Amino acid sequence: MAVSWDEITEGMSVPELKKKPSTQQLVLWAAGSGDFYQIHYDKDFAVGTGLSNIIVHGALKNAFLGQFLHDWIGNEGRIKSYGCSYRGMDYPNDEYTCKGTVTKKYEKDGEKLVDLEIWGENPEGKKTTPGHATVRIGK
Amino acid sequence: MTEAQAVPLITDAMRAEVGVESSPTTYEVDKTMIRLFARSVGHTDPVYYDEAAAKAAGYRSLPCPPGYLGTPVFKPSAGGEAGPMGRNRGAQPSRPLNRVLNGGTDIEYLDDICAGDVLTATSHLANLEETKGSIGEMLIVTNKTVYKNQDGKVVAVSTGTAIRY
Repeated sequence: MAVSWDEITEGMSVPELKKKPSTQQLVLWAAGSGDFYQIHYDKDFAVGTGLSNIIVHGALKNAFLGQFLHDWIGNEGRIKSYGCSYRGMDYPNDEYTCKGTVTKKYEKDGEKLVDLEIWGENPEGKKTTPGHATVRIGK
Repeated sequence: MTEAQAVPLITDAMRAEVGVESSPTTYEVDKTMIRLFARSVGHTDPVYYDEAAAKAAGYRSLPCPPGYLGTPVFKPSAGGEAGPMGRNRGAQPSRPLNRVLNGGTDIEYLDDICAGDVLTATSHLANLEETKGSIGEMLIVTNKTVYKNQDGKVVAVSTGTAIRY
């Protein structure tokens, strides 16, 4: 159920989305995104580049944040812009939690808009992908 | 080593490439790829899988899930040229940097993008920066891509950052 304009307040938290990408999901993502860089599915290759393990694709974590926003605003709302930085590695089979806070609620050019601080957290609570978004609520 | 480090990674040839628009690339937005992309993320909303559900929700066809901006038409002749995120393209830094990490992704959406759309994308190198971090010398490369649909309307602008080290 999509969030309604009236229930949004500045400072509120967005319901979190928990993900736990498996190695199988990383392979699926490689096909879905077209990113076949071996550090995401070939452990020997990943270790050879100095990593401790294969790592979750940054763009998949960005897509998780997109899913998190979509699930919150539903199909009447639209993501106007969103993005994140990749500041830390995430590893397969670790929980990755998408979280967000409303920073601004406003109307502009007839659209009901919300600015958010969004991020993904690793199991230790570190924000590995800090980001931001602007979404439109309703039509 | 110290002497080598005094030489900047960024060369004049690299700087000359900043702002130069690439030749256009065609991205096809089709149902099969939208379904695969949505499945690979773990989307549960039926609008990404079922066209009737998408139309009932007001879309022309399956909408692009966040982060999906069409699939480039694969050209075997160009296949060997580019490494991940184009690291082997264009002018190269003064010292070889063979590894790459994705630094960040930002997307601005200006209109709906749905299955059946054909996008034309042009990219340009927006910024180059060099710095030192826990992984050593880093070259931070920012690329901007503008996507127009079949009607010539700009529907999305994406900014990607690659970290070469």
